[in-house]
Amino acid sequence: MSASTAPRAVNRRDFLKLTGLAGGGLALAFQIRSAHGGATPAGGEFRPNAFIRLAPSGAVTIVSKQPEMGQGVKTSLPMIIAEQLEVPWSAVTIEQGDFDEKLYGGQSAGGSRSTPNNYDQFHLLGATVRTMLVEAAARTWKVPAAECQAVEGTVVHSSGKKLGYGALAATAATLEVPAKENVRLKEPKDFKLLGRRIAQVDTPRIVTGQPLFGLDLQLPGMLYAVYEKCPAFGGKAVSANLDFVKTLPGVKDAFILEGNGKVKELNPGVAIVADSTWAAFSARRQLKVTWDEGKVAGESWDKFVAEARAKAAEPGQRTLRRDGDVAQALAGAAKKVSAEYLYPFISHANLEPQNTTAHFRDGKLEVWSPTQVPAAGVAMVTRVLGIPADKITLHLTRAGGGFGRRIGADYLVEAAAIAQRVPAPVKLTWSREDDLRHDQYRPGGLHFLQGGLDAQGRVTAWKNHFFTFGEGGQPGSGGSLSPDEFPGRWIPNFLAEQTMFDTGWPMGPWRAPGSCVFSWVFHSFIDELAHAAGRDPLAFRLDLLGTRDEMPAGGGGGGGKGKQGGGYSVARMRNILKFTAEKADWGKKQFPRGSGAGIAFHFSHQGYFAQVAEVTVSKDGQLRVDRFVSGGDVGRQIVNLSGAENQVEGSVVDGLGALLTQELNIERGRVVQGNFHEYPLIRITEAPAKIETHFLSTDHPTTGIGEPAIPPVAPAVCNAIFAATGKRVRQMPLSRVDLRWS
Amino acid sequence: MKYSLTVNGANRTVDVAPDTPLLWVLRDHLELTGTKFGCGIGQCGACTIHLNGVPARACMTPVSTVGRMKVTTIEGLAPAAGKLHPLQQAWTELDVAQCGYCQPGQLMTAAALLRDNPKPTDEDIDGALAGNICRCGTYTRIRQGIKRAGEILAGGKGVAQ
Repeated sequence: MSASTAPRAVNRRDFLKLTGLAGGGLALAFQIRSAHGGATPAGGEFRPNAFIRLAPSGAVTIVSKQPEMGQGVKTSLPMIIAEQLEVPWSAVTIEQGDFDEKLYGGQSAGGSRSTPNNYDQFHLLGATVRTMLVEAAARTWKVPAAECQAVEGTVVHSSGKKLGYGALAATAATLEVPAKENVRLKEPKDFKLLGRRIAQVDTPRIVTGQPLFGLDLQLPGMLYAVYEKCPAFGGKAVSANLDFVKTLPGVKDAFILEGNGKVKELNPGVAIVADSTWAAFSARRQLKVTWDEGKVAGESWDKFVAEARAKAAEPGQRTLRRDGDVAQALAGAAKKVSAEYLYPFISHANLEPQNTTAHFRDGKLEVWSPTQVPAAGVAMVTRVLGIPADKITLHLTRAGGGFGRRIGADYLVEAAAIAQRVPAPVKLTWSREDDLRHDQYRPGGLHFLQGGLDAQGRVTAWKNHFFTFGEGGQPGSGGSLSPDEFPGRWIPNFLAEQTMFDTGWPMGPWRAPGSCVFSWVFHSFIDELAHAAGRDPLAFRLDLLGTRDEMPAGGGGGGGKGKQGGGYSVARMRNILKFTAEKADWGKKQFPRGSGAGIAFHFSHQGYFAQVAEVTVSKDGQLRVDRFVSGGDVGRQIVNLSGAENQVEGSVVDGLGALLTQELNIERGRVVQGNFHEYPLIRITEAPAKIETHFLSTDHPTTGIGEPAIPPVAPAVCNAIFAATGKRVRQMPLSRVDLRWS
Repeated sequence: MKYSLTVNGANRTVDVAPDTPLLWVLRDHLELTGTKFGCGIGQCGACTIHLNGVPARACMTPVSTVGRMKVTTIEGLAPAAGKLHPLQQAWTELDVAQCGYCQPGQLMTAAALLRDNPKPTDEDIDGALAGNICRCGTYTRIRQGIKRAGEILAGGKGVAQ
């Protein structure tokens, strides 16, 4: 993987700073280099900015700044630049940029933000350079620029004269960068690339097995490290048989690192450095460590579940939202429904185990890492190891899956800490067991729900006592329920309370944090209410959404922080729900006993999704998803149709996989499961027979698609199971639920 | 110990401990990193290679047991330099991969299936590929990709990108 060779020295006067247009408080600053002041490099190459290089041959190189983990941004975001630059995709080469936020703007990949954060700026970047090339042609021909047009890597004059971009590169490099008012964007009707299906640019390397991922990195003289941490979270290494381990074949060194006392940063442990991965793995089997496990060793999942059940009827520690009088409404309800919903802690289980290669020499650190948030890794290394940020070079490798796990930088700081002690480049490789037992987990949780219906079958009351897990007095990432989370704000008498168990367990964002479980709980319970009301699940949901078009954020009666809910376009949700139901032939199919359809919807990460599952459950309880239909509204423009469909298809399988089998038991402050024989992931045999994905283009900003298709998957499937069998699933994973029927 | 191996048609010699899994011989010593480490216990299939044409888990194959068996890795799947196997073509046409980490293993397993059964049904595919985990969930595209490769093998035309 080659890095950008764009000049690094940043002179403020040479830059025209374009402030980002995207909202969300994450506006980026893109800096477009003026062609003056030494920006014209040797060889006639035109480098108008950090992202685009144009060779005299006409070859175009686009630097992709975002981390790539399979979400497809290394292809889709450069497509935007190429579209506006008006070059054929076949003429474009993509390079992965190193971490350099001064040069590129923000480089975090998380929260489905890569597309919305960069979409407008990348259009402008490409269009600006196209404008310069047109101007260069106009000057060459001494004609007005208005008579010239860019067409697929050439500029054409109204007389029919034509020059390739390559031939214009040298002249373009002498021009001022135009102000954005003087740049005209191509309109969607003229798009040639956006909205098409384009294969990922790394496909040739992927299918032929060329080095690409963090773990594939080889450097001359490189050594190989493993790092043994305490099985109980955050425990300290007191002593180890280091002298013996150092005598084992291939072992170069072994030492204890103390850690910085934070379970999501540098954990205490024992490093073994060897001349091959296998030598390090083999030596580790003979490592003996005395641990100080700390108080976390007294904590177990089962104990918390029992405690939650005992406290379910008590008031929660905190009121998240209170509207109306839920007690009175429940007392006066024509029908009442109550249920307990339970989901466990699960792991991200990226197929490429965590790893990082680091080389420390002369006070400088060079790092190669599959990371989603490189800035967090650099900041953590600076904070924990005292290496100044300007002494750290970070190369972004392709990541073998992200799912939120690689927002954490614990493995990166481990590699850096080991590298500080080793006079060679060193690759740290986690085992699968390390990965499952030292993840930053999706927190489990319990919801004790009560709902009330009036005589007409309308929902008048909703009460939820939510039990979650926290760290340092706050719910863990993904364990925080927004007071605005649907159906909060829609039901006149509404009470959401929270009780939190503070633990030493590491938690982190798991694809569509919070939403990925709340949608299951709430859309399953809404289905229970629909059934109690004797209503069709779709019609019941449309009535619940109501006729207003917008639901403003806020209005919660509690102190919870609103995030995932926020301003909610009810109109967009209604439309996507109807659109999807239509695509799925909702209500038009007759199912035999044991088969049925279920529906759910969710708004998260700025995307509106509805989904319909059709399932068959055999009499002996075997589930098959026969058909899964998704409808999504992520704004005006699908960037790469193949990539977008792939994200939705993957979300369906991922959401189903988490529902089917995934579960970690935490006993005595440690994860019991160690590998895939104990923590089974979904396999091809369990994947839906058919997945259909439909997008509805609406007049709203284009937003991301890595996460919003996940949340409705589990409730759609569970609601279909109910339709098929009459069995209501109130516990994840399904492998714990008896689905047999007769 | 010194071992002489036949990897992708070439003779390669390595000096490693007898219990070293073929996976790490390929990755660390022969710099063939297309064969991936996912679990180390034969559960995920990311390390699938062929031994004498039969899919095997490189993470569970000690180098001392390889002997004269012909080792084929993802780097040796294509029929010739500059050419692609029909599966590699189909994977490109259909943009099968997401992160791509599991795909070398998927392709190696699929290659053996397709050789024995050029027109597999979904059931055939599910049966053969059940040992290969794709964490990103590309399974429906894997099914399509194998069928498409079958068409290419049978003389079907490639779809222009």
